[in-house]
Amino acid sequence: MKATDIIKNGLIKENPTWVLVLGMCPTLATTTSAVNGMMMGLATTFVLVMSNIVISLLKSVIPDKVRIPAFIVVIATFVTIVQMVMQGYMPDMYETLGLFIPLIVVNCIVLGRAEAFASKNNVWHSLLDGLFMGLGFTWALTLVGLVRELLGAGAIFGHSLIGGNDGMLLFILAPGGFIVLGFLMALVKKIQKNS
Amino acid sequence: MAKKAQSTLINMLLSLTTIAVVAAAALAFVSSVTEEPILNAQKAKKEAAIKAVLPAFDKLEETSIDGTNCTKAYGPDGQLVGMAIESSTEKGFGGHLEAMVGFDAEGNVSGYQILQTAETPGLGAKAGEWFQKGNKGDVIGMNPATELKVKKDGGQVDAISGSTITSRAFCEIINNAYKTFQKGGNK
Repeated sequence: MKATDIIKNGLIKENPTWVLVLGMCPTLATTTSAVNGMMMGLATTFVLVMSNIVISLLKSVIPDKVRIPAFIVVIATFVTIVQMVMQGYMPDMYETLGLFIPLIVVNCIVLGRAEAFASKNNVWHSLLDGLFMGLGFTWALTLVGLVRELLGAGAIFGHSLIGGNDGMLLFILAPGGFIVLGFLMALVKKIQKNS
Repeated sequence: MAKKAQSTLINMLLSLTTIAVVAAAALAFVSSVTEEPILNAQKAKKEAAIKAVLPAFDKLEETSIDGTNCTKAYGPDGQLVGMAIESSTEKGFGGHLEAMVGFDAEGNVSGYQILQTAETPGLGAKAGEWFQKGNKGDVIGMNPATELKVKKDGGQVDAISGSTITSRAFCEIINNAYKTFQKGGNK
């Protein structure tokens, strides 16, 4: 397997959000603004990279029958580290995302990559896979957040484009999340098909 | 590639135990490093909220009235100029809602800051700005001697559009804070 394939897979061909459709809970819940989506994506990226590295290193010493609990412990450890660091050094961001950070543990992407990739490949490839799967997740979340923020609050990355605080509220709320995600997914598929 | 470990009982026990112990050690280390920044961040947030809600003051004094944390503010001659009170309710749309409420010496609302909220983004979460001075639901300067109520309930406060429950909870927070203020704010 070539490194460029791994990069392309993570960002586009097997993008966690648009193609694998994994980790929808944080995708819908945290993308009320572009910044929130981006931060959630980056936190997940960190966990993905670290857990992929560790699991790839440990793959030959973990017996098959207990691999899932072993993976979960590794993932949960990194998630808790992210949570504590965020709480200490980025309290404002922690407040917005606080509820969803612990949920990275059960994010299907993280366990999915551990099971499908890191436990079968070498450390370097696993690191790349974690990084670019994470970045693929991040750009998808940022895009969803960007559209929802633009329509729902009339702002881009927190900078208001219209006066007052009236936007199409629907798009900030859960139904808007589904709608935006659906249309974007169709759009991405269309673009992919044509290229 | 190294041979995969067999799934024997002893192998499973050993590998899981080792992973768990190493994970615990790593977490204990990170926890000890981040403990202080976390506490500092929480304290800084509270202090910033106290300063933001009070009128101009010279000296602060922390105290407790009926188990509620309060901060009294004194002017240059030692007279009471205001009081910041931590107040909360469980009746928010998302449950727990907590705010720092400031009063001047007469009991008029001098400011507020939401400390903890689980209100809906885009709706109830607007409470942080909605009731501030100059905005639609401006409560600054009101005196809760006559209980604050949203207009729907026959009161004087403009509720956040689409978030009557949050607005009611917010009024309750102010009213509760005012009760605390009355109990201990005369000195």
